[in-house]
Amino acid sequence: MWRALRVLLQKEFLQIRRDPVILRMLFIMPMLQLIVLANAATFEVRRSQLWVVDQDRTADSRGLLTHFTSTGRFTVAGFTATAEAGDAALLDGSANAMLVIPADFARDVQRDGAATLQLVLNAENGSQAGVIQSYAMEIVTRYGQELSARRGTVRPSAARAVPEIDVRTRNRFNASLDYRRFMVPGILVQLITLIGTLMTALNIVREKETGTLDQLNVTPIRPSVFIAAKLLPLWIIGLVEFAVGIGIAVLGFDVPLLGNPLILFAGAALFLLAALGVGLWVSTVSDTQQQAMFVTFSLIMVYILMSGLFTPVRAMPAWVRAVAQVNPLMHFIALVRAVMLKGAGWGDVWRQLAPLGVIGVTILALAVSQYRKRTA
Amino acid sequence: MAVSLPPRGTAWRTLRAFMGKEVRHLLRDRQTLAILLLLPLAQLLLFGFAVRTDIRAVRVLVVAPSPDHLSAGLRARFAGNGRFELLPATQRTDSLDVMFRRGAVDVGVVLQPGLASRLSPGEQPQVLVVSDGMDPNTGTTMRTYAQAIVREWQASRTPAASDVRLDVRTRMRFNPTLESVNLFVPGLIALILTMVTALMTAISLSREKERGTFEVLLVSPLRPWQIIVGKVLPYLALAMANVATVLLAAYLVFDVPFRGSLVLLLASSMLFSLVGLALGVLIAALTSSQLAAMLAALGGTMLPNTMLSGLIFPIASMPVPLQLLTNIVPARWFIEVVRGIMLKGAGVALLWPQLLILAVMLLVLLVLAVRRTSVRLA
Repeated sequence: MWRALRVLLQKEFLQIRRDPVILRMLFIMPMLQLIVLANAATFEVRRSQLWVVDQDRTADSRGLLTHFTSTGRFTVAGFTATAEAGDAALLDGSANAMLVIPADFARDVQRDGAATLQLVLNAENGSQAGVIQSYAMEIVTRYGQELSARRGTVRPSAARAVPEIDVRTRNRFNASLDYRRFMVPGILVQLITLIGTLMTALNIVREKETGTLDQLNVTPIRPSVFIAAKLLPLWIIGLVEFAVGIGIAVLGFDVPLLGNPLILFAGAALFLLAALGVGLWVSTVSDTQQQAMFVTFSLIMVYILMSGLFTPVRAMPAWVRAVAQVNPLMHFIALVRAVMLKGAGWGDVWRQLAPLGVIGVTILALAVSQYRKRTA
Repeated sequence: MAVSLPPRGTAWRTLRAFMGKEVRHLLRDRQTLAILLLLPLAQLLLFGFAVRTDIRAVRVLVVAPSPDHLSAGLRARFAGNGRFELLPATQRTDSLDVMFRRGAVDVGVVLQPGLASRLSPGEQPQVLVVSDGMDPNTGTTMRTYAQAIVREWQASRTPAASDVRLDVRTRMRFNPTLESVNLFVPGLIALILTMVTALMTAISLSREKERGTFEVLLVSPLRPWQIIVGKVLPYLALAMANVATVLLAAYLVFDVPFRGSLVLLLASSMLFSLVGLALGVLIAALTSSQLAAMLAALGGTMLPNTMLSGLIFPIASMPVPLQLLTNIVPARWFIEVVRGIMLKGAGVALLWPQLLILAVMLLVLLVLAVRRTSVRLA
C-alpha cells in the first residue's frame, strides 16, 4: 500500500511539473492576482469632492470651509450660492458631497449659539457615504469648539469655569488606516481557497473526462490511496503558496506579522483540509471540467461573500451569522488577520482554530465517503 | 474548393439547425443550466441579506481606572443609545488590548486615572477613544459614533453659556436607507452576464476544439459567421433571461428602486452581453485547451469585471495606474450605466458616452474574433 502511494505521488508531481498550464495556474496567476488585487481592493475614502453652497458669505462660513479643505479630506469641486448646480454635480458624479451653509449662519451662531448645516451625500455606496459623513462631523464639531472658545473670550462671563476634557482618538493596529494591511491577508486566503478547491476538483474530473480514472479503478489501488495521492501534493502546494504569499504580503506590502507564524501555518494546514475536501466533493458530482468549474465557482462565491472578506461578519443578520459559523473561510480569515495585524497568540485564536479543525476533518471525511460511494 | 456552397436561401435553415444543436447542448447539461439559472438568484439573496455595511451594535468597553459618578454617567449614555452594546466595565487598561486581540470589542473609551479630581482650573483632563482600526472604514465610523457620545456627555456635564452647537442635518441621496443591495444589484447583473456570455462561450467553443468537433464544423457548409452566431445566440437568450429574473427578484424581495427606463436597461444589457460573447469567442480562438480557455476567461474577464469595475471596490480609491486600466474593462462602463438608470433615473442624454465606449469595444472585439476564427478556416 505504501509503495502504491509512493508511486502515485511520483506520478502526480510529475504531471504537475510537466504541464505548463497547471504550473502557471498554480504559481504565477495567484501571485499576480495578489499583487493587482492588493492595490485594487480598497475601500479607502480619498479626498471627497465637496460642492459648497454658501448662502451666508461671512467670515464664519468661510472659516468652516477652510476647516474642511485644510484637513486634506475634502476638495472643493464647486462653489455656488444656490443648491441646483450642486444637485446636478451629485447626479453626474463630479461631486460626492454637498455642504449647504444657510443664510444667517453667522448671526445664529453669535445670537443663539446654535446653527444648522445641511450635508447631502451621494449614498450610492452606503459605507463610503458613512465614512465621508464621519469626517464631516469631526470637522464641524471641531469648528464648533473653536467658535465656542472665541465666543467665550468675547463674553468672559459666559465662558466655562472648569477645563474641557480633551478627547483624544486613536486607531489601534492600523494607525495609518492603510487598507492594504487589512485586505492583503484576506485576498491571500481567498486565492489559496480557489487554488486548493478548483485544482482538486479539476485534477480528478480531468482523469474522469479522459478515461484514465476508469483505468485506475480497475487496478488494485484502493480508493483511499488514490485520494491520498491526489490530495497530498495539493495540500503541500497550498502550504508552500501560503508561505510565498505571506512573504509577498510582508515584504511587498508592508503588512506586519506581529504574531507567531506557526499559528498561521497550523490554521492553513487545517483550512486546506476543508478546501481540498470541498474540491473532492465537487469532483464526485461533476462529469466535466466545465461543470466542476461552475460548481466550484458558485460555492466559493457563496463562502467568500459570507466570510467577512469584504464586509464585516458582525454587520450580517443573526441567521446569516449562524450559517457563517460552518464557513471555514470565515474562521481562517479572522485568524490570519488577528495573528498578522494584532499579534494574537494561541490563547486568542483557539476560537478560530478549533472550528477550523472540526470543519476540516468533517468535510474531508464526508467527501471521501461520498467518493467511495460513487466509485464503488 | 471541392465542396460547393449551398444556395443563399438555405443560410437561415442551416443556422437554425445549428442553433437547435446548441440549444440541445445547453439544455442537456442540467447541472450547468441549473447553476446558471439559480446562482444569480442565490447571489442576489446573499448580496441582499449577508453583504451589509451598516454598522450596528458597536461593542464598547469603558475603562475607568477609578470608577466614580463621572464614568457611571458616561456608561449610562452608551447604555441608553441603541447603537451600542455596552460591555461590563473594567478598571484595567491592559484588558482592552487582550479583548481587541480576540476581536471581542470594537471601541474602547479610556478615562484618565482620577479624572474627577482633574476637573479644576489649570488641569488638563483627558479621555482616549480607541477603535479597532484593523478594518479602516468600519473602525473610523465606529470611533466617530463613540466620539459623538463622549462629546454629548461632556457637553451635558459642563454646559457653558458660550457653547456653540452646530447641528448637521445629513441627507443620503440616491440611496437614503443605505441598502448595500441597491449598490450591488447593478454590479451583480454585470457579473452574471459576464459569466453566462464570456465564460460559457469560451468554454463551449474550446470544448469543441479539444474534442475535434470544431474541425467538423469548419468543414461543414456552415460559414464562420453562422458558427459564431449559432453558438452565441442561445447564450444571449439565457443572459437576458437572467437579467429579467434578477431584476424581478431584486424588485420583489428587496424593493430595489428602479427609477429609469427599462427599455434602455435591456438594450444596454444586450450590448454588454454582445461584448462578453465577442470576448468569449476571441478567447476560444486564442487558446488551445478547455483548461487554458477557462483560465484565460477567468483571468481575462471574470476577475477584471469583478475587481476592476467598481462592482465592489470604488475606482476612485485605486492607485492611478489601476484607474487607467479600468478604462478597458467593459463592466466598468456597464455598471455606470445600470447604476445611473436604476438609482439615479438617468437617461441616454447622460449615459451616451458609456454606451458609445461599449459599442466601440464590441466593434473591435468582433473584428478581432471573426478574423481569428476565419484564419483557422483557411
